[in-house]
Amino acid sequence: MVHYTEVQLAHGGGGRLMRELIRGLFLPVFSRRLALTAELPLGSHDSAVFSIPGARLAITTDGYVVRPLFFPGGDIGRLAVFGTVNDLAVSGAEPIALAAAFILEEGFPMRDLERVVMSMQEAAEMAGVSIVTGDTKVVDKGKGDGVFITTTGVGLLASRVVVGPHRVQPGDAVVVSGDLGRHGIAILSVREGLEFQGTIESDCAPLHAHVKALLHQGVDVRCLRDLTRGGLAAALNEIAAEARLGIVLEESAIPVSQEVSAACELLGLDPLYVACEGRLVAFVAAKDAERAQAILRELPGGHQAAIIGRCVSDHPGVVVARGPWGTDRIVDLLSGEQMPRIC
Amino acid sequence: MKFVHEFRDPAKVKALAGQIAAVATKPWTIMEICGGQTHAILRFGLDQLLPSALTLVHGPGCPVCVTPVELIDRAVAVASQPGVILCSFGDMLRVPGSESDLLTAKSRGADVRVVYSPLDAVEIARKNPTREVVFFAVGFETTAPANAMAVLHAYHRKLTNFSLLVAHVLVPPAIEAMLHDGAKIDGFLAAGHVCTISGIEEYEPICQRFRVPIVVTGFEPLDILQGIEMCVRQLEAGEARVEIQYDRSVRPEGNRVAQEMVARVFEVTDRKWRGLGLLPRSGLRLREEFRQFDAEIRFRLSEIVREEAAGCLAGLVLQGKARPSECPFFGLQCTPEHPLGAPMVSSEGACAAYYRYRRVPTASDARGQVPK
Repeated sequence: MVHYTEVQLAHGGGGRLMRELIRGLFLPVFSRRLALTAELPLGSHDSAVFSIPGARLAITTDGYVVRPLFFPGGDIGRLAVFGTVNDLAVSGAEPIALAAAFILEEGFPMRDLERVVMSMQEAAEMAGVSIVTGDTKVVDKGKGDGVFITTTGVGLLASRVVVGPHRVQPGDAVVVSGDLGRHGIAILSVREGLEFQGTIESDCAPLHAHVKALLHQGVDVRCLRDLTRGGLAAALNEIAAEARLGIVLEESAIPVSQEVSAACELLGLDPLYVACEGRLVAFVAAKDAERAQAILRELPGGHQAAIIGRCVSDHPGVVVARGPWGTDRIVDLLSGEQMPRIC
Repeated sequence: MKFVHEFRDPAKVKALAGQIAAVATKPWTIMEICGGQTHAILRFGLDQLLPSALTLVHGPGCPVCVTPVELIDRAVAVASQPGVILCSFGDMLRVPGSESDLLTAKSRGADVRVVYSPLDAVEIARKNPTREVVFFAVGFETTAPANAMAVLHAYHRKLTNFSLLVAHVLVPPAIEAMLHDGAKIDGFLAAGHVCTISGIEEYEPICQRFRVPIVVTGFEPLDILQGIEMCVRQLEAGEARVEIQYDRSVRPEGNRVAQEMVARVFEVTDRKWRGLGLLPRSGLRLREEFRQFDAEIRFRLSEIVREEAAGCLAGLVLQGKARPSECPFFGLQCTPEHPLGAPMVSSEGACAAYYRYRRVPTASDARGQVPK
C-alpha cells in the first residue's frame, strides 16, 4: 500500500518514501511466485544472490539519471559502471559482466554520447568487468534529459562468502572506507544556480578491490553496503532495520573533508545524508575492526577510512550519533532528498 | 573549519554548561525564537547539558512554519497556472496547504523550481520572457533585503514577467503577542541573523514593558549556551535588558543599508501567522510603487482565503505552550511524510527537530527535558 496518488520525486530519493514504494508495491507483487530461491529476502540487499548448479550468482541493476552528465571527478558513464559494480561487490560478489541500456533523447550530441561510452569502457576496464550486451532506445526531443543509462550486472560469489544484514551481531564494528559526501557536493556545486568556488571532485570509484581485500585477508565481514543516495544515514538505517539492531556512531570519528563540511554548512545539509559513489560501510567482527580499517586505508581513496561506531542490542532499528560532548541524537531516515533551508 | 569548529569545542561547551548550572538557582523558562536555534539545540543535544530546573521552549521563528495555510494554497494555485514558473526556497515545497503542497503540484506538471536566492528567480525571469516567474518570498527580517533587492533588479531591468508572492513576517510583534497573551516565558534568546539586519532597537521597549531579558544569540553550540548563560545571569540578578551575545555579526543599529533597501520596497502591514492568527503590523507587503510586482494582485490570489484545520497542536507548539511530543498526533498520524502541521515539515520546525533527533528515548531522557 503506497500513500500517494502520484509519484513524487522523493519516491526515488533513497529515503523513507522510496522504502515505502519498494515495500508497499514492488516487493509484495514481484515476490509472489519466485522460480528461483534467493539466499536472502529480496530487497534486503544491494544484489539478489542465487545458487544455481555449480555457482552462486549475484545480480543487480541500477538506473542513472544524473544531471549534469559531466561533473568534477566523473560523468554518467563512470557512475553507471561503478554503481552497478559496487552493488555487486558489496554483496560479496566478484563482478564479471554488465549489460547497458541507453535511453537517448533525440538531438543529443553524438560527441557527448561518444564521451560517455568511452568513459564507460575505461571504467569497466578499471573494475575488471566486460560490458557484453545492451539496448538502445531514442525518445522524442523533450521527453528525456539527454541520456539515461541502466546497467545490469552479474557477479560470482565464492562458496564461503556470506554477507548480509542477517549476519550483523551486537558488538560488531562499523567501518567506512573513506571520507563522506564528495559526490553529492560535487554534483550540487555544478548544478544550475549553485555554482560555488572550489573544486570538490566526486568520489566516484569502484569498490570491488576493497571488498576483495577485506575478504581475502580473512576479515570477518558481516555486512557491506555502498553509500549512494541518502548517504551513510540511509545505509545504516536500512541495515539497522534489517538486522533489528541499534547502531551507535561516534560523531567525531566520522571522516568528512573540510571542503565538504564547509559546503554542507553553507547549504544547510548534513554530510551524513549526502551521496557518495565510491565509499562503502563495512560491518565487521569487533576483533577485526582495526585490521579492516588498516586494509581500507591502503586502498585508493581510503586514507581516511575509519571505525565510526558499533552495533548494540538497544534501540533496534535506530541509529544514534553520540556527539563530542556525550549527548545523543537520532540519525533518522529522511523522507526524500534533503532540502536546503531558507536561512 | 574557521568559524565553525571553534564554536563547537567540546571542552568549552562542557565548561559553559557547568557555568550555567552554577549560576541558575531557580527554575527559569527561556524561549529561543529562531527555528535554526531549535534545530541546533536538538541536533547537538544542548538541552541535555542544562540543569533540569532550566526549561527551553521553542519559539515561532521558523518562517516555513508560520506561513499561513492560505498562502501555501495561493502558491499552489499560481504555480498550477499555465505558463507560470514558481521559484521557492526548497523548504517550502513540502509544506501542506489545505489540499495540496508545491511538490505535489510539481508532480502534476507545475513548473516549480528551487532557488537559493531571489536573484536567481530574477535571472530565470530574464531568460524566460514569455513565462511569468513568481518568487515565493518567505521569511523574517533576514531574507527581506535580498527579496527587496530582487524587486529593485526587476524594476531597473523593466521586467514585466516577475512578481513576488510576499509572506514576510517580523519577529518583535510575535514576541509581543506571545507575552501579551500571558505566555509564561522568563527570557528570550532572540535570533542573531534577524538582528544582524534589524538591530536591537525594537527589542528595547518589549524588554522594558514586559520585564524580560532578551539576549540576541547566534546558532552554534557555544553561541547558544553563552546566550542562555547571559539570560540566566540577568534573571538571577532580577534584570531585564537587551544584550548581544552574537556580537561578531550583530551591531545595535543593525545593517542600515539593508534596512533602507527593505524600507524602499516594502511597508509594514498586518499579517496572519500560522498558529498565532492575525497579528497587527507583523509583516511586510510591497509599497504602492512596486505593486506591479505583487503576485497576489497580478494573479488575483487574495480571493483564496483559508482557515487552519483544527487538530494538531502546531499553534501551541509555535508559542512554546506545548512540546511537540505532547501533541496526540506527534509521530503517529503526523510525521515528516504525512505532516499535519508545518512545524513537522521544515527542518527548522520544532516538531520535525523532535521527530528527527528525539523520537525514541535515549540515555539522556532520564533528565526529564526530552520527550518520553
